[in-house]
Amino acid sequence: MAGLSQRVATWATHRPLRATAFLRQLLRPAPDAAPVTLTQRRIYVLPTRAGLIFALMLFVMLLGSINYANSMGFVLTFLLGSLALVSILHTWRNLARLTVSAGKGTAVFAGQDARFEVCLDNPGGIARHAIGLRAGGHAGDFTDVAPHQVACLGFALPADTRGLMKAPSFMLFTTFPLGLFRAWTHLDLDMHCLVYPRPAPEALPLPVARAETGAGRSHGEGHEDFAGLRTWHAGESLRQVAWKAVAREQGMLTKQFAGEAQQDVWLDWDALAGLETEARLSRLTRWVLDADTAGQRCGLRLPGCIIAPGLGDEHRRQCLEALARFGL
Amino acid sequence: MNNLVWLLASLGLAIAPHLGHMPLWAGPLCLALGLWRLAIARGKTKLPKKWLLFLLTAAVTAGIFGHFDTLLGRDAGVTLLVIMIALKLLEMQSQRDTLVVIFLSYFLVITGFLYSQSIPMALYLFVVVWVTTTTMIGYHDVNRGLAVRPRVRLAGTLLLQAVPLMLVLFVLFPRVPPLWGLPKDAHAGMTGLSDSMSPGTISQLIRSEAIAFRVQFDGPPPPSSARYWRGPVLWDYDGRSWSTRTPLDGSAEVELLGEPLRYTLTLEPHNQRWLFALELPAALPPGSRASADMQILAQSPVQHRVRYSLASHTRYRLGAELAENERQRALRLPAQANPRAQALAERWRGTHANPRAIVDEALGLFRKQAFFYTLNPPLLGQQAVDDFLFNTRRGFCEHYAGAFVFLMRAAGIPARVVTGYQGGALNPLGDYLIVRQSDAHAWAEVWLAGQGWVRIDPTAAVSPDRIESGIAAALPEAELPFAMTQLDLAWLQRARMSWDLVNNNWNQWVLGYGQERQQNFLSRVHASLASWQGMAIALAAGIAALLLAIALWMLWHAPRRGSDPVQAAYRTFCARLARRGIARAPHEGPADFALRAAQLRPDLAAQIDHITQCYIRLRYGRQQEAASALRQAVQRFRP
Repeated sequence: MAGLSQRVATWATHRPLRATAFLRQLLRPAPDAAPVTLTQRRIYVLPTRAGLIFALMLFVMLLGSINYANSMGFVLTFLLGSLALVSILHTWRNLARLTVSAGKGTAVFAGQDARFEVCLDNPGGIARHAIGLRAGGHAGDFTDVAPHQVACLGFALPADTRGLMKAPSFMLFTTFPLGLFRAWTHLDLDMHCLVYPRPAPEALPLPVARAETGAGRSHGEGHEDFAGLRTWHAGESLRQVAWKAVAREQGMLTKQFAGEAQQDVWLDWDALAGLETEARLSRLTRWVLDADTAGQRCGLRLPGCIIAPGLGDEHRRQCLEALARFGL
Repeated sequence: MNNLVWLLASLGLAIAPHLGHMPLWAGPLCLALGLWRLAIARGKTKLPKKWLLFLLTAAVTAGIFGHFDTLLGRDAGVTLLVIMIALKLLEMQSQRDTLVVIFLSYFLVITGFLYSQSIPMALYLFVVVWVTTTTMIGYHDVNRGLAVRPRVRLAGTLLLQAVPLMLVLFVLFPRVPPLWGLPKDAHAGMTGLSDSMSPGTISQLIRSEAIAFRVQFDGPPPPSSARYWRGPVLWDYDGRSWSTRTPLDGSAEVELLGEPLRYTLTLEPHNQRWLFALELPAALPPGSRASADMQILAQSPVQHRVRYSLASHTRYRLGAELAENERQRALRLPAQANPRAQALAERWRGTHANPRAIVDEALGLFRKQAFFYTLNPPLLGQQAVDDFLFNTRRGFCEHYAGAFVFLMRAAGIPARVVTGYQGGALNPLGDYLIVRQSDAHAWAEVWLAGQGWVRIDPTAAVSPDRIESGIAAALPEAELPFAMTQLDLAWLQRARMSWDLVNNNWNQWVLGYGQERQQNFLSRVHASLASWQGMAIALAAGIAALLLAIALWMLWHAPRRGSDPVQAAYRTFCARLARRGIARAPHEGPADFALRAAQLRPDLAAQIDHITQCYIRLRYGRQQEAASALRQAVQRFRP
């Protein structure tokens, strides 16, 4: 009997909690479709701590003016009070009508800080000053936005797990011009940052290359046999750029080697049987990076996804993205 | 760095008006502390250690106590505040410390008004507020987006927008009487007549051009010779100075004759209890009382400008009956004083039976003998009256009045000294009378049977000009205080009168806007404003309306289409592309966007490239080009 009543009590106390959690979930505003224009309803204004101290000072000044029956004391007290009131409008206007949109994010590895960028578009003819951003307890930057210009603000958050990381909701605020009031708005932009798996710490040698039969693949001796120069294309590794040629102002040229058509390495999910999923991804990530560093052509074979062997930044990015999104 | 310079400048400006009433070492100390802080900011030295700051604070506090003998009161308090702010500079680290210093700098401004509320001071302190506000903006402009001029302009805009709100608050905020007592020195340093008179007292006062009071007559003002403004009455002579040690009890017996003159008098604060009135008023100002010798006394020292309306009769009979104790007091003289004068009076007493004849004899002495009216009389010896009457014969009104009363008493005629003001200059612009400290005067009253106390002005016997036309006409030019010289220059006099008119209105309407003025003014505007509830509602409504108006003006006034034609043209270009589904991402630079757009619409590539190149050159290029090329290109661009 006692057991039952205890259970009812637990249920009774837990039930409303769950209900509120559910309600909160339900009422949570959906992420805003970018871009968002800051209208009156989105902007809140309240005094800052400095504003409260200022109010206290005004009160003391008012008492002094009353006691000394000092007319100019009244004038000054009222002037400063009015100044504070007017500054509410200016602080509010400093934020109002800005259009906020997500900037470009750069992919990072798990364990690093993910950087998000928010762009503020000032459609009006009045410059905005000292607009700050705060997200997840981390203070971000401040920026000014010139009339008819766009300025971007970044903030960094630790990225712990691979995959597509959603930016948390953040706060845009300003205390300009007098710091007596703070105008702020909470925004939840649909903003993401790709987080690659954390590369395995220790360096293991790349898997042995298997010979592939294919036309035009000569069996060279690696990097040693210099074969000539050709123009560099965007996306190719910078490692083989002939920097001396750059220094001679001949433009960006890539060194070609006889061993260019070396054997392709396959980075294979199945070759790492026995490891956990995340450990395998870590290992594969490491290899992708190592292969890229070594200038080794490599392909990636994941369950449900095969990336043909290749080289260069774009190829590297494809491989890492496949690893980041694996199974998600 | 820049911010610190502004902070130090605004502090310096706020401290400057206080230099006069701080100890001499306070100014240089503040300067040194400011320079120290500047050196810290330049990295030449570090913030001082806590114990050093503590030691400095203790030393300064001791120094202030040593100078004023107190830490309370106005002067000591202000000095303490100034130096503590200067010391605070040395431990200013966080943004919050800085804000506290800025707030204190505003607070210093209000202390300036405890010393002077004149128009120049108000203008100066408004400038200080402006500079301080600019400083405050500088500290919140964290990215340094504002140059000095826009920052000063923004502060000016804020203040300008605050002014109408301030006016509403000033007019409608209910005034209440003081809540508690003030420090003793709160009203120190005021000039005016005092309760004693010795040779030199009034001639010192004459040098002050300060206003004693202003009078607005309902009708035409009486002639100068009838304008005697009664103040302290002095009974007791100790051989050197005249004073009233114990006030006379009882009430005066007054019989008023002739037509009354109605007027309103605005008295400047003088930190004494006398209220001045034209001899003699029919009724007393509210809250005051009259002594038996017709001194009008307020309940407490006059520390604020007061305004009262009176009706006075220039013809009157005062004190028809003389009580015995009054008679004795009005005849008392130190026994050994001035034997030659006493002997002269004894002689007159023997030759004339009629007291009036003795009075005329004395006035005749001043008139016929070589007596001079001068601001710079020679020093008098031990027997001051003898020395004056028989040797130096040069004196100012206090010499003549004192000597005359002495002679009367020695001759057995009850007499007393009356001090106050005589004359006053008419301001033709405002049609009111200005009475300055330089119009201070002393005369005599003798008691004659059947006539009561009769005013006798011995100065008039020596220098009739003093009474008819005022002090400036009576004194030789070389003796005139600087402010009174060259008054024959008509434009200068006119300017002086205009300035006084402005000051008078300032005093009446701004500085004098207290409980009574507010009640009168507001109930005349609208009956519902008489109660404080009415004021509160009007205040809230007024402020809300003004804020709304300012907000609307700010939105209306905001330049919506760019003031920058280059930017405007480029935006039009982007908007036209966006309508065709090629929207520029916010983070996309113009060159990247042009590349992408050209790929999507190869048919427009040439135009897009031309416009973008043009825009980039105008926006970021060194050379100045006309924006018209870009504008025309954008106008032709119809994707």
